[in-house]
Amino acid sequence: MSKPKGFEKPIGVKDYLPHAVAKLRRIEHEVLACMRGWGYEQILTPTIEYYDTVGVASATSDQKLFKLLNQRGTTIVLRSDVTAPIARVASSLLKDHPFPLRLSYHANVFRAFEEEAGREAEFFQTGVELIGDPSPEADAEVIALAIASLKAAGVPSFKIAVGHVGFLNGLFGDTLPGRAEAQERLKECLLQRDYVGYRTALAELRLEDSVLRELEGLLRLRGGQEVCERALELRVSDGARDAIRHLCEMWDVLGAYGVQDHVLIDLTMIGDISYYTGMTFEGYASQLGFPVCSGGRYDNLLAQFGRPAPATGFALKTTRMLEVAEVGQEEPVRALIRYSPNRRREALEKAAGLRAEGLAVVTEGIAQTGDGRRAAGGSGAGDALASAPSGRYEYKGTVYDQVFMFDEKGGDPQ
Amino acid sequence: MTDGGAVLKVAMPKGRIYKQASKLFRQAGLPIPEDFDDSRRLIIPVPEANMEFIMAKPVDVPTYVEYGVADIGIVGKDVLMEENKDVYELLDLGIARCRMSVIGLPDWEPVIHPRVATKYPRVASQYFRERGQQVEVIKLNGSIELAPLIGLADRIVDMVETGKTLEENGLVERETLFQVTSRLIANRVSYRMQNAAIQSLCDRLSDTLAAKA
Repeated sequence: MSKPKGFEKPIGVKDYLPHAVAKLRRIEHEVLACMRGWGYEQILTPTIEYYDTVGVASATSDQKLFKLLNQRGTTIVLRSDVTAPIARVASSLLKDHPFPLRLSYHANVFRAFEEEAGREAEFFQTGVELIGDPSPEADAEVIALAIASLKAAGVPSFKIAVGHVGFLNGLFGDTLPGRAEAQERLKECLLQRDYVGYRTALAELRLEDSVLRELEGLLRLRGGQEVCERALELRVSDGARDAIRHLCEMWDVLGAYGVQDHVLIDLTMIGDISYYTGMTFEGYASQLGFPVCSGGRYDNLLAQFGRPAPATGFALKTTRMLEVAEVGQEEPVRALIRYSPNRRREALEKAAGLRAEGLAVVTEGIAQTGDGRRAAGGSGAGDALASAPSGRYEYKGTVYDQVFMFDEKGGDPQ
Repeated sequence: MTDGGAVLKVAMPKGRIYKQASKLFRQAGLPIPEDFDDSRRLIIPVPEANMEFIMAKPVDVPTYVEYGVADIGIVGKDVLMEENKDVYELLDLGIARCRMSVIGLPDWEPVIHPRVATKYPRVASQYFRERGQQVEVIKLNGSIELAPLIGLADRIVDMVETGKTLEENGLVERETLFQVTSRLIANRVSYRMQNAAIQSLCDRLSDTLAAKA
């Protein structure tokens, strides 16, 4: 690759200009306030972690981790999520804090993506972890909180799809006993969202008709409560049944939260099977091609840090929500104060007064020469105060609601 | 990605596959025109079917669908394998049937530094890697059959439909990588947000396919 040009930045990272930052901060604020309302307290963890601890434990695959070497030659990763760092904290600094722990976070995370496809190398996530509670109640709580957070962020229309890793594991284990390779192949197809490959694999497995129909029917197990009932009719053993009962109970709890309308059960949802251990879910917003949130139960993670505990949680993809969120923008009232040196004190006192009232105030000194030309604060065309719509003024590219002039003659402010 | 009941945006491949795909849609009872008067139009509303066609270069179809500017799309398995996009592969439409093959001269013998020319560098690299062979993959954009004839590569990886072109150029198929047909694909979000519309299209198409089989 040729030497980068001055304006270029590494692929996958972004600048956020003031308008976007204001919106991002607003979303972040609303979402964290919502999470606080559910008793989740915010935590900050470092940007860098050890590869051998958090890096290995995280759900991010090895080639997608950003790796660095420190001066001693130890491999460091830029955090790829905040779940693994929180697991580390829960098992170390907070190891004496009784369960359940309810923690929230808002942080930038990093992924080493080689290709384009709208994938960002650095993006913001806002999320929660509920550690130490294995119940369907806890899983429903994080889903209901995800829904509340999406609403708080002003995402206008969205759906949450919920699945369960235990159901698929159980179903394949029961219908294809002792055929680990076939089970893996089917799971891989579902993970890749390759339904054609899934059907082809089934056809090649030479299964009994009834088993074939059951496994093909899996692709249609999508909807509400009735999905659970249909799934319970399948001839499956305890593992899969437990998973379905867990989902049924969650469904009831979600009903009590009054959010069932946003949720659909999809038993083909598979998530990252090496990481998730129970229910998994993803959130989708209309007008956005990629999911806005994902989460699930990961009961094996905490053990890797020495404090085995069940845990569940989710992360919102805050950067993506920026495109669709409809949060009210609170624009400050802007004032411009221009002054000549002999009235500086008076002008700056005025500015302090307005700032105390919550205005955004810009001050600018003007030194005037004998012939009345400005010497400081810039000069030339485009510097003139121009009127802008709705009685405002434009000056040097910014629109002000109020303009004050403290000049030599002691003229009244405009 | 629009809400339920809204117009379904369909990324359609221009050219050969479109004719076969639109025929299949019509057999499934969807009122789709066979051809459009003005073939230069890129966005074509089909209000009778509550759809809008985005006429795309076939190789770009998975990209439109992955980004969600199209809800669903029709694309060959060859493109799907090469582009490796994160989309749902819902249905094998059984049209535009051909195969991806390794092709060489009849007297081909293993060489020390194998070179393979192809329009599908990802597919080719992956295939040879999985077989424990390190080959130099040369990306070409057309007339792949030329490469072994003029000594640019010792073999090629390309699509074979009838094998006629190969025969005329004195080439032979050595291995088949996989069978290729067109697939119905869907965006991850659209598949959830517009599930009813997409599922019903899927069902109608698969009933039609089952009836043909």
